[in-house]
This record gives sequence, C-alpha cells and structure tokens, in this order.
Amino acid sequence: MITIHYFAGLKEVTGIAQEQADLSGRTVEELGQWAAEKYPGILAGASRIAVNEEYALPEDLLENGDIAAFIPPVSGG
Amino acid sequence: MKAFEIVSQAIDPQHYADMVLRPEAGAVTLFTGHVREWTKGVRTLYLSYEAYIPMAEKKLAQIGAEIEERWPGAKTAIAHRIGELAISDIAVVIAVSSPRRKAAYEANEYAIERIKEIVPIWKKEIWEDGEEWIGDQKKKPGGEGL
Repeated sequence: MITIHYFAGLKEVTGIAQEQADLSGRTVEELGQWAAEKYPGILAGASRIAVNEEYALPEDLLENGDIAAFIPPVSGG
Repeated sequence: MKAFEIVSQAIDPQHYADMVLRPEAGAVTLFTGHVREWTKGVRTLYLSYEAYIPMAEKKLAQIGAEIEERWPGAKTAIAHRIGELAISDIAVVIAVSSPRRKAAYEANEYAIERIKEIVPIWKKEIWEDGEEWIGDQKKKPGGEGL
C-alpha cells in the first residue's frame, strides 16, 4: 500500500486530504493515471507528484510504504 | 526554533537574523514578505496558507544549501508562516549573512525566487466576493510537469 496526499485546491477536487491505495510496483505516471480516472481534472490542477517528500519522475517506481503527494503549482512567499 | 521552518504563529524576524549572525559576517540581509491588500485591483481581506510541512522544510533547507554552494561563506535562515494571515502580517522571513554585503543581497533574492519555484506552500486569497487558491505565479524551470 502507498499513502497519497492531496493539497490546497486538489483537496477540493478529491474531497479528501489523503488515502491509501495498492499501487506498489506501479510507476508515478501510473499513479497519475489512476488518480485521473478516480478524480477527473486532478492532473489539470497538479503540476508535480512527490514521493517521500521529493519531486518524482514519471518513470519512478512506487514501493510499499511510500508516501506520494499531488503538488499543485506552489504559491508561497 | 529551526533555521528552516514552517510556523503557524507570528514571525519575529530578529530571531532569524540572530541565527545567521556570526563573527565572520560583515552583512546580514533580512527580507520580510507581507500580506498585501491590493493585487491587480482586487482587494484581499486575508490570506490562508497551507504547506506540505515536512517536504517544505526540506526544500527550504535545500535552498540554504544551494546558497552556500553559490555564495561560499553565506549562511541562511528561512521561516514561512501558514494558517490565516491578516493584511501586513509577515508571511515569510529570509535572513542571509555573508562576509561582504553583495552576496547577502544576491542570495536573499535568490532564496525568495526559489521558494516560489520549489517549496510546497500554497496561498489562498479571500476577497469580499469569493476566494481562490493561487498558483503559477512563476514559470517552473525544467520539464518536471506531468
């Protein structure tokens, strides 16, 4: 299982702040596709996906226990 | 108090200036970013900031490391506040010390630019007639998009 976080406007798209999913062994790109099927429009609002608190590449593999996060365009400062 | 942190209470900038001050520093630049009332003709009532806290603190520390690499001898402390902030409240403080002033000025501006690129913090503007999460204030470098 992996944990998935949603932040800011994406939390309003999904209706939840986090959830768990059985996506171990899948790629970050596949995680994006999985989420897009479940929450249409989510990829329009996410600029990047982080895994274990670091920006991930589409081909990165997810492992059991990973913490992923959909990151909307940032606006700090 | 940490040198790179997300906080939910009012920020005292002096704490961060003190944190970077040391005998070899001839200059300290202290930047405070504040909540602005008017943006492009629209009046903001207050702001609400949210962060992915552990990752945001890591990315702030990464900015500090980037500064040390680009401006040897420079030392950085950064704090960003989250939660509801009123007009003129301090949202972010950046303190940079260096042996000479030029590096302290340049590195301080570099830090705020990098915060707007890589640190997972989000701002929601609340107006009289609505609210919106703000994003894409700055084009992101590289092809990291989905």
